[in-house]
Amino acid sequence: MIDVYKIRKDFPILSKKINNTDLIYLDNAATSQTPIQVIDAISDYYKNYNSNIHRGLHSLSVDATNKFEETRLKVKEHFGIAHTHEIIFTSGTTHGINIISSGLEKMISSKDELIVSEMEHHSNIVPWQMLCEKTGSKLKVIPIKDDGTLNIDEYKSLLTPNVKFVFINHVSNTLGIVNPIKEIIDLAHSNKSQVLVDGAQGAAHFKINLSELDVDYYVASAHKLCGPTGVGFLYGKSDLLNSLPPYQGGGEMISNVTFNKTEYADLPHKFEAGTPNIAGVIAFGSALDYMNSIGFDNIESYEKTLLDYATESLKKITNLKIYGDIEEKISVISFNVGNHHPSDIGSILDQFGIAVRTGQHCTQPIMDRFNIPGTVRASFSFYNTKSEIDLFVDAVKKASKMLG
Amino acid sequence: MESIQKKQDQIIEEFNFFQDWSEKYQYLIDLGKTLPEFDQNNKIDSNLIKGCQSKVWLNSSFNDNIIIFEADSDAIISKGIISLLVKVFSGHKPEEILEANIDFIEKIGLDSHLSQTRANGLLSMIKQIKIYAIAYQAKQ
Repeated sequence: MIDVYKIRKDFPILSKKINNTDLIYLDNAATSQTPIQVIDAISDYYKNYNSNIHRGLHSLSVDATNKFEETRLKVKEHFGIAHTHEIIFTSGTTHGINIISSGLEKMISSKDELIVSEMEHHSNIVPWQMLCEKTGSKLKVIPIKDDGTLNIDEYKSLLTPNVKFVFINHVSNTLGIVNPIKEIIDLAHSNKSQVLVDGAQGAAHFKINLSELDVDYYVASAHKLCGPTGVGFLYGKSDLLNSLPPYQGGGEMISNVTFNKTEYADLPHKFEAGTPNIAGVIAFGSALDYMNSIGFDNIESYEKTLLDYATESLKKITNLKIYGDIEEKISVISFNVGNHHPSDIGSILDQFGIAVRTGQHCTQPIMDRFNIPGTVRASFSFYNTKSEIDLFVDAVKKASKMLG
Repeated sequence: MESIQKKQDQIIEEFNFFQDWSEKYQYLIDLGKTLPEFDQNNKIDSNLIKGCQSKVWLNSSFNDNIIIFEADSDAIISKGIISLLVKVFSGHKPEEILEANIDFIEKIGLDSHLSQTRANGLLSMIKQIKIYAIAYQAKQ
């Protein structure tokens, strides 16, 4: 069980006023809010042991290194990863994807094919388009059905022998739909194709075990999990990561440097050139602790309650259409009211102190698929309440009335 | 034709009557709805203003040293905002537009109700109006 009013006290920003009313933050799919425990972890680092990691012999550096590596261990345990060296800290999901796409440049040829889906975030489309441009390989797209779900039959027929990779999100950031990721991975593997899962949206809402999923690569961002911005991680099976060239050259990623030849460091340092976001990585560890102290089972069931309540309430509004209204989804609702432009609804909601996202949500292909300029997206987290949803639904009604 | 400053002052006076944001928004929405029909043939990419979340088209014509603006948007609040701009700037000489001190947006408190994204969109609209004025001035 979740004591939401007790939890809310951990989040200083939730007591903020916007336009003289209480902030109602329903843009959690863009970024989650940060609990005091995570904020304290950041300031504790700068106050007490700010120091560069893996380099110094002095006590501060040892402290910082240990704390930094503790997060790697926490990520390993939380995500069911076999080895800590398979975890690369990144600046976020997009960075993780770009490490792989740039690494594959010399390993993909013009005969090869890559698969993405129609519901991907632009971050999981554009890097692969760039890879195709450089290598002459072909990008194929799994279409989505009218209900927003992936067309798995089409996926099966796209999985031809030339397909080397499948790039797929676990959860759609726009529709909230949870994809049958295990089935997608197993089908790809039986075709000898590798799979990268974009976990940006899924990781915050339920626990996953990457070893059980048998996924080849997985990327996620800390800031969706109550952690700081500018931090994320890339998981890759060690043999695959070992076969990839480094992404950036610099300090930390080498074992021996002469002007004749430089030898690269072993995993994970090979991909962690330069001074990382040390405070951020440490705070990411605190964020995982925080979320686990609440419990992902609790988070999942509470958010489901919020989702069902909000969906039911919104559906009572005349002419309101929800996109991707299916059973298998996280607490994200994308909708439009009549022909009102989503930015009009969003602007009025903002005046009520309600933060939602409007527009294309970096998923233009979904908007083109449904032939709409965008949607209003409300995304709920475990610190949102039913009374906030009441106020939100009421504000949508008022906005719709104002717009006439 | 009243001067650009006079027209801005009238808008400021009108907005002074509004008690809160909802009245301002309602006014913009109503204004958006009454904006004259935009020629569909002018809804072309080259008339689109970059930097707006919704689509905003701005078209202009130049006759007898006077610029006539017409505009449209697929979002009604944007349409209301651009119709204020059309009201202020349309029917003026390029040099009048370029010399104008645009103060009404701040004075009607619209900027404080706009998100950064929206405020950038509004700046893009004004910039585009001035670009047209510069282009027509060069043509003279």
